[in-house]
Amino acid sequence: MYRTTDGEEIFIIDGHVHLWDGSKANLKNVHGQQFIDCFYAYHSNLSPKEYLWPKEKFDKYGEEAMYEDLFVKGYDDMAICQPTYLTDFYKNGFNTTESNYVLKGKYPNRFIVNGAFDPRDGEAGLDRLDELSEKYKIQGVKLYTAEWRGDSKGYKLSDPGVQRYFERCEKLGIKNIHVHKGPTILPLNRDAFDVADVDDAATSFQNLNFIVEHCGLPRLDDFCWIATQETNVYGGLAVVLPFIHTRPEYFAHVISELLFWIGEDKILYGSDYGIWSPKWLIEKFMAFELPESVSKETGVQLSLTAKKKILGLNAARLYGIDIDAQKKLLADTRQTATV
Amino acid sequence: MTIMAAVATVERTAEVWARLESVIDPELDESVTELGFVTRVGVDDGGHVQVDFRLPTYWCAANFAFLMADDMRIAVAALPWVKKVTVGLGEHMYADEINRGVAAGLSFQATFGSEASSGELEEVRRTFMVKAFQRRQEALLAYLLDRGHEAAALLGLTVAALSTLSCDTAGQRLLARYLERRSVVDSKHNELAFVDENGALLDAGQIHAYLRALRRVGVNAEFNSALCRGLLATRYGGGCAPQVEVKPVHFVRSIGVARST
Repeated sequence: MYRTTDGEEIFIIDGHVHLWDGSKANLKNVHGQQFIDCFYAYHSNLSPKEYLWPKEKFDKYGEEAMYEDLFVKGYDDMAICQPTYLTDFYKNGFNTTESNYVLKGKYPNRFIVNGAFDPRDGEAGLDRLDELSEKYKIQGVKLYTAEWRGDSKGYKLSDPGVQRYFERCEKLGIKNIHVHKGPTILPLNRDAFDVADVDDAATSFQNLNFIVEHCGLPRLDDFCWIATQETNVYGGLAVVLPFIHTRPEYFAHVISELLFWIGEDKILYGSDYGIWSPKWLIEKFMAFELPESVSKETGVQLSLTAKKKILGLNAARLYGIDIDAQKKLLADTRQTATV
Repeated sequence: MTIMAAVATVERTAEVWARLESVIDPELDESVTELGFVTRVGVDDGGHVQVDFRLPTYWCAANFAFLMADDMRIAVAALPWVKKVTVGLGEHMYADEINRGVAAGLSFQATFGSEASSGELEEVRRTFMVKAFQRRQEALLAYLLDRGHEAAALLGLTVAALSTLSCDTAGQRLLARYLERRSVVDSKHNELAFVDENGALLDAGQIHAYLRALRRVGVNAEFNSALCRGLLATRYGGGCAPQVEVKPVHFVRSIGVARST
């Protein structure tokens, strides 16, 4: 919960967090090492100095540190876990729905746990999706369309094989499709820089919401355009928001473009924890004002209302969270584990 | 080695660096040498050149890595005394494949096979060349408008007239950079200096809205550039690459234009 200087309470849902294990003991190969090292470079490059972690903590911070950083030191009220399996690089996977669910078991009112699918798994993948739905009641999935796999160099959301998965999602009530369209974290070539497939999928599946994570950062210009065309396309601010510290002038420009093109009802806050922490992200975001020159050019404002929507109200709508009821639940449990 | 031979090696090494300067990261539209990607150039007596380079992350897109490696090979091979070029990408997930493919003169498709369809790499190159065209055009037009040129007069300029337009050093650089990319867009108005990315004529009355749309392309590329430079510096140390203070110059400049009109 964030309190403004006027005492107003702002309910915060973090749309993008991870609980990973990048420790040496879990590594399968050099790729796993390079993967966590790359994440650490993002962390080191964009975090304020006083929030830099030692590499050891970064490799594996664990459930308690995460709880502390998000909800005690940080201002998050709830957080959505987005899995990144990477079972080719890590013995037990990097950040799985299963391990996220253990965390949710301890703090049931704090976390929403998403699943994942890869349409290249065919029929078996559909069964697995059924299982995730049944076991974990997932409301969303995280997809990495650009991932190389064997001979495949990625897939597009418009590929025929994906349609069956979306149909199954509709049937199972998995409404929120988070798609990674951002900086390269896996080798890719095919469509990492292309957001057009989101456009096709969003048109075909009007009952699903497509949240473009990192706002298609390598092609933000194209993303703004397609998001304008579709009512069910959203932008996730993970990786975009940390620029508020190192490059506030770019952040100002990017957020104003997003406000202008897709609007304040379609933007979702996400910290990408453990790469960055909610404490400083939220403080800087709440204090941030668009320079007058920028508002003048785009005609948009980053008002308190817009901030409240971005920080929680929009995600609450997508995930069916009744904020007043949730506040009461959280007050009852008073930040303690229910184990 | 004789003094003469040593001098020749130094000169040849400088020639190779000069050639490499013309190779760009397609996504950022910046030189691979300015970005600090090239770490070493080696030249031997037999006309064999070794170029070593690195990227901001182990995961940088394989197709872009391949494009840059291959462009480096081609750029250096154009020097008359060069007999052989070896390009060595280091610390990348597909370093071995890319180095082998480039050394054998293979295409991206032949290197990676299967789904890397043949036209794909050229398509990516084209996409980013058009973005470079847009970005450079926006920078130049915003600059010229800011200097008091009339939009209608600018849009009527031929390529020949634009290339002889008098401006200061900063303007000359923007002008040269734009003209380098003018031919990316083919148009039935090829004699004209300024057309849009589809080759259509521009409307002087709508020029500010047009430039504002183009600015998204530029800010996006600069945003990526800031990220890439930062990651490279984090990976290899702050002193490893020229740290350019990147500022959204185009954006700020255009605000000035909007205010002055």
